[in-house]
Amino acid sequence: MRREMPLGLAQRGYTGVIQHLSAKDAGSALSDIELESRLIELGFVEGARVEVLHEGLVRRDPIAVRVDNITIAVRRREAMAIIVA
Amino acid sequence: MELPLLHLALVGTPNSGKTSLFNALTGSRQKVANYPGVTVERKEGFFVTPLGRQVSVVDLPGTYSLRGRSPDEEITRDFVLGKASGEILPDLVLCVADSTNLRLTIRLLLELKRTGRPMILVLNMFDIASRRGVSVDVNRLAKELGVPVVTSIAVRKGGTADLLALTDEISAKIPAEPSENTWRALSVAELRAAQREADRIIADCVSLPARPDTLTSRIDAVVLHPVGGLIVLAAILFVMFQAVFAWAQPLMELLQSGFDALGDFVHATLPAGLLQSFLQNGVISGVGSVIVFLPQIIIIFLFILLLEDFGYMARAAFLMDRIMGGAGLHGRAFIPLLSSFACAIPGIMATRVIDNKRDRLTTILIAPLMTCSARIPVYTLIISAFIPAKDIGGFINLQGLVMFGLYAAGITSALVVSFLIKFFMLRDYAPAPFMLELPDYKVPRLKSIAIGIYTRAKMFLQRAGTTIFSMMVLIWFLASFPQPPAGTTEPAIDFSLAAIIGKAIAPLLAPVGFNWQIAVALIPGMAAREVAVAALGTVYAIEGGKEAAEQIGQVLATKWSLATALSMLAWYIFAPQCASTLAVIRRETGSWTWMAVTFSYMLVLAYAASLLTYNVAVALGAG
Repeated sequence: MRREMPLGLAQRGYTGVIQHLSAKDAGSALSDIELESRLIELGFVEGARVEVLHEGLVRRDPIAVRVDNITIAVRRREAMAIIVA
Repeated sequence: MELPLLHLALVGTPNSGKTSLFNALTGSRQKVANYPGVTVERKEGFFVTPLGRQVSVVDLPGTYSLRGRSPDEEITRDFVLGKASGEILPDLVLCVADSTNLRLTIRLLLELKRTGRPMILVLNMFDIASRRGVSVDVNRLAKELGVPVVTSIAVRKGGTADLLALTDEISAKIPAEPSENTWRALSVAELRAAQREADRIIADCVSLPARPDTLTSRIDAVVLHPVGGLIVLAAILFVMFQAVFAWAQPLMELLQSGFDALGDFVHATLPAGLLQSFLQNGVISGVGSVIVFLPQIIIIFLFILLLEDFGYMARAAFLMDRIMGGAGLHGRAFIPLLSSFACAIPGIMATRVIDNKRDRLTTILIAPLMTCSARIPVYTLIISAFIPAKDIGGFINLQGLVMFGLYAAGITSALVVSFLIKFFMLRDYAPAPFMLELPDYKVPRLKSIAIGIYTRAKMFLQRAGTTIFSMMVLIWFLASFPQPPAGTTEPAIDFSLAAIIGKAIAPLLAPVGFNWQIAVALIPGMAAREVAVAALGTVYAIEGGKEAAEQIGQVLATKWSLATALSMLAWYIFAPQCASTLAVIRRETGSWTWMAVTFSYMLVLAYAASLLTYNVAVALGAG
């Protein structure tokens, strides 16, 4: 069993499976409910396979994440709410 | 019996190919307007089904859910629920899905079902999905969802035949009493449950190949590379601006000689007098000098539409997010700002995709600093009159380089202004999240590009026919009346109202090197920037008398110093923007204050930039 970590800390090339969402840990400008809703709407639900495909230039942010079969760009700050293993 | 018009609505997630399906169904029978009270673009089209039913179809803004967290998404929700003011509840909702990517759409469909509207799930881009090895058990999917399912290939001729047939079939048996609407906003738990249910249905009905789109990943390996990607982006922008200047040239010369010939014809046919002067100097040279820029406007829209259709725009937003973040801008602001290169009005309207109010306001305030296509006529005229067309290093055209520099100056000033806004006004600022789907690349379709360019070109020509035409008539009138007393030797224009007004303002503009002719031209330039060129043309044409058919550029080269020309370029980087942009800012921000702020800050910047440019140029001996 791999250790759980937030997707916001993952390096390029990381692959894993979403364990749960934890919006309160993200420090996003959005409310917890709003952030969680948006993440789910973009397909970040428990059990989805994720892979970090690309990183931006400044502080390796944002990241492009493959979620099952679509690609979503998200900032690391919001990705902290996605707990993967 | 003639059946009533059938009302369809297209709903889907962003990038589901909704718009290409819309184009395939309606062709050019489209009507673009705004929804009442909001500036969300309302696209309606018309077609006839194989059984002869007249259909109206509305392309609703893309959305991931019916929660309505932006003005765009609220329209989609209200429309489907029949709450949008002045809109008819759709008879049939077409839920459009990208067949290669069903997860998010199926969840949206489960939510849509609760509205009780009759619905069809359209599996669009089915050809791409098949080629990638996706296979869908359509019958089983329809059974599981309880909704008819049809496949379509919007971009292929006849690719929507099944959809049309099904529309006929379903519209014949739509019950008079619709099902009950049980929709309400989903809680997080319901949303999650809906996604689980969608995933279960997909697992049962769809077999997905393990391999992703390799072409997209190969392109992204270059295009999204942290350094390489930015180089690619810069190169694309550079090619775009070189193209605007170089490719359009032959066509523009052709149009110009056409208008010149028409002017000469009028000059030769009509007796000398007011009517001759009105037609030749007012109408033909005035409106003509604006229409000449149609090729450049088409080229800039061509690039923007191609990049959008290809799927590159979202990548550009990804690359620019943190870089623009340094200047206090959101990554999503990149697309509205890039559209502002065509025109600030669609750009400002496109800021609706930014859901955070402060981010949106900052973007609106700086959008007019992006060099819109209406400034191209002014730049082109002055550059071709004053900057030699020589090559530097064998492949870069100096004129193109100056043009690039002007664009770069606009962008730089926008970033600086945005940084200052963030620094002084919005200090307690938590950055809004950036979440954006990066769609798979698609080969842009000729038809949708053509329709897009056609609607934009039509808008430009309509403007030339209305706003610009009436401004030109006004300028001609001001420049022609009152008529000079008989026997005078001075140019006729010196006695005109235009000269009186121009000379009254000129002292204010003298420090930046503008003469009274420029002062006259700047006033109608407020109605539409490109009119300034036409106004200069009219003023100098009437002043020039017999050599009226001469090109404006050549006249300017003899009348202006280089310092004045450069100062004029600097002025137009900021150019207190046109009346229609101000009106859109007023409408989008809902505030006169922000409109006044935009106008004043740009006027101050324009004056300061021109003052600096002029004085430096004079000091360097270009006066």
